[in-house]
Amino acid sequence: MSPRQDETILEARELKMYFPVTRGLLQRKVADVKAVDGVTFKIRRGETLGLVGESGCGKTTIGRCVLRLYQPTAGQILFEGEDISPLPESKMRRIRCNMSLIFQDPYSSLDPRQSAGSIVGEPLKIHQWVSSRSEYNDRVEQLFRLVGLDPSMSGRFPHEFSGGQRQRIGVARALACEPSLIVCDEPISALDVSIQAQIINLLEELQEGIKGLTYLFIAHDLSVVRHISDRVAVMYLGHIVEITRSRELYENPLHPYTKALLSAVPIADPFVEEKRERIILKGEVPTPLNPPSGCSFHPRCFMATPECSQVVPPLRDVGGDHEVACIRV
Amino acid sequence: MPSTLGLEACSSDKEQNMAELLKVENLKTQFHTESGVVKAVDGISYYIDEREIIGLVGESGCGKSVSQLSVMQLISTPGKIVGGEVIFEGKDLLKYKTHGPEMRSVRGAKIAMIFQEPMTSLNPVLTVNQQLTEMLELHLKMSKKAARGRAIELLGMVGIPDAQNRIDDYPHQFSGGMRQRVMIAMALSCSPKILIADEPTTALDVTTQAQLLELMKDMVERLQTSLVIVTHNLGVVARYAQRIYIMYAGRIVEAGTTKDIFGKPRHPYTIGLLKCIPRLDEEEGRKLVPIKGLPPNLINMPPTCAFLPRCSYKVGRCSKEPWPPLKNLHGQHYVSCYANTEVKDK
Repeated sequence: MSPRQDETILEARELKMYFPVTRGLLQRKVADVKAVDGVTFKIRRGETLGLVGESGCGKTTIGRCVLRLYQPTAGQILFEGEDISPLPESKMRRIRCNMSLIFQDPYSSLDPRQSAGSIVGEPLKIHQWVSSRSEYNDRVEQLFRLVGLDPSMSGRFPHEFSGGQRQRIGVARALACEPSLIVCDEPISALDVSIQAQIINLLEELQEGIKGLTYLFIAHDLSVVRHISDRVAVMYLGHIVEITRSRELYENPLHPYTKALLSAVPIADPFVEEKRERIILKGEVPTPLNPPSGCSFHPRCFMATPECSQVVPPLRDVGGDHEVACIRV
Repeated sequence: MPSTLGLEACSSDKEQNMAELLKVENLKTQFHTESGVVKAVDGISYYIDEREIIGLVGESGCGKSVSQLSVMQLISTPGKIVGGEVIFEGKDLLKYKTHGPEMRSVRGAKIAMIFQEPMTSLNPVLTVNQQLTEMLELHLKMSKKAARGRAIELLGMVGIPDAQNRIDDYPHQFSGGMRQRVMIAMALSCSPKILIADEPTTALDVTTQAQLLELMKDMVERLQTSLVIVTHNLGVVARYAQRIYIMYAGRIVEAGTTKDIFGKPRHPYTIGLLKCIPRLDEEEGRKLVPIKGLPPNLINMPPTCAFLPRCSYKVGRCSKEPWPPLKNLHGQHYVSCYANTEVKDK
């Protein structure tokens, strides 16, 4: 288990990220895609916060806003107590040394012309983290060992590695400058079933070994998120609809969308499956270009009342580290 | 649960099974590449009964899709079906010419297939109407008008709202889930005896996956079709399949009823798979046990068990003798392994 410290490492307050839709020769703005629409959450130092939702719900956008790869439309991002949302690029570099990213696709996220060693070592050079050649070599070697790769392979190129090994290279690169926060964006979904567990275990072991290492773990697979996360935030159409400890989320889901999402994930056990209740949602996720009024989930909700189409439900604390955005619970 | 689970322990008797619809015997498909012969499917045997749902499970490259394409004779060069039998309604499909009239009357009509990528398996320059009615006109000799009526009906059945108007749309005008519904409508249009779903929901969102799997289950029940689910997702087969075949490196390594496979897994690979996947209902603090090593390269495979380098149950026999044949444990439960995994595990 990760150390439970109550210190907040990252906080998002009313974070909004709109992407303009433009049309015509003059590129007039005709609408906004509200990818993230007012999201507030905290991550505590040393914990893993899972972010789940279906494609288009804004989970990756949040990850990118946190790293300031996108300039948020509104809201604040507090990293180690400092609001980084208005910072200019020049100041961001210093902060990005402390936060990094693991990508989904280990095939396209590594430069095919760079050797594994130089991929892992590049952040060290960019952030001037090392002062000499020998220090650089030592650190690269150390990183290789840390993620379970043989340092003698550092001269090889990405295509010479398997998918799992490539993802280890990606993890080593993310760890290079000893970041305190790593955003993991679907880090295992491109891997084979038997390889996924290796990367999950690696991430868990790293967190046990490196004090204070915090993950924002973005994935669509609820069983993986439940396994790795201390707390989980469920997203739907740019909003967090429920956020709580991962065990509580599974045992006591409150939001109807969470309930449906949980019941949609089959459990690899026919004895359990026989007894499970299945909630099959109607329709599909609406476009964030024109989200439904009120609670954006109401057209698909099996608990909806007329009031739901009028009121935007705020995320409210129901006690026991459990917040939910639904007027019906 | 369906009655097939109650079948007596006489399944090895060939003549006994009266409801047997398709029987594949020792099917072998190879790909001749520059670097050598890839034995993608290396002698698999399985069967499917009428109105049964079976699951074919394995990781990428284990030959699960190729085996199904072989049944449909959809293997193109450099691939070749080099041996085996596919007995459907008493006739060996492999004796038919790939493009001959006999095979054409089976493919798509009596055995239909749904592919993984709904984006790429529909023709982007033809409307849904054109693609759906083609099958009806060809196989069922319907008139254009009758076919259109039937196509609208089918789209409605698979849950496409406003089918009347949407039938003239092109595939890109549908969402991923809707496209897969069109694929399902297409596959079911000629009321096939067997529906093969090759990773039908992998590219889709969780709630859409659940919708489509439920839809497929309802449809096969209604049309009395058998269903083969090809997937890497153990949860999906645990939920829907009655029997399961586990594939590894081109062979079936374990077969049994769903309860056999999940309740008493006996092949080290099956045991490994179940230990390495996170479960939604797991205990807090559970550690995953990864399967060490990598899936094998299918070129120049050693004659011994392909799982041997990754196996934690191996015994002396494993490295000396050829790949173990499937042996019957009880009832329908078969495993291909020399080691006694039961003793060590339970």
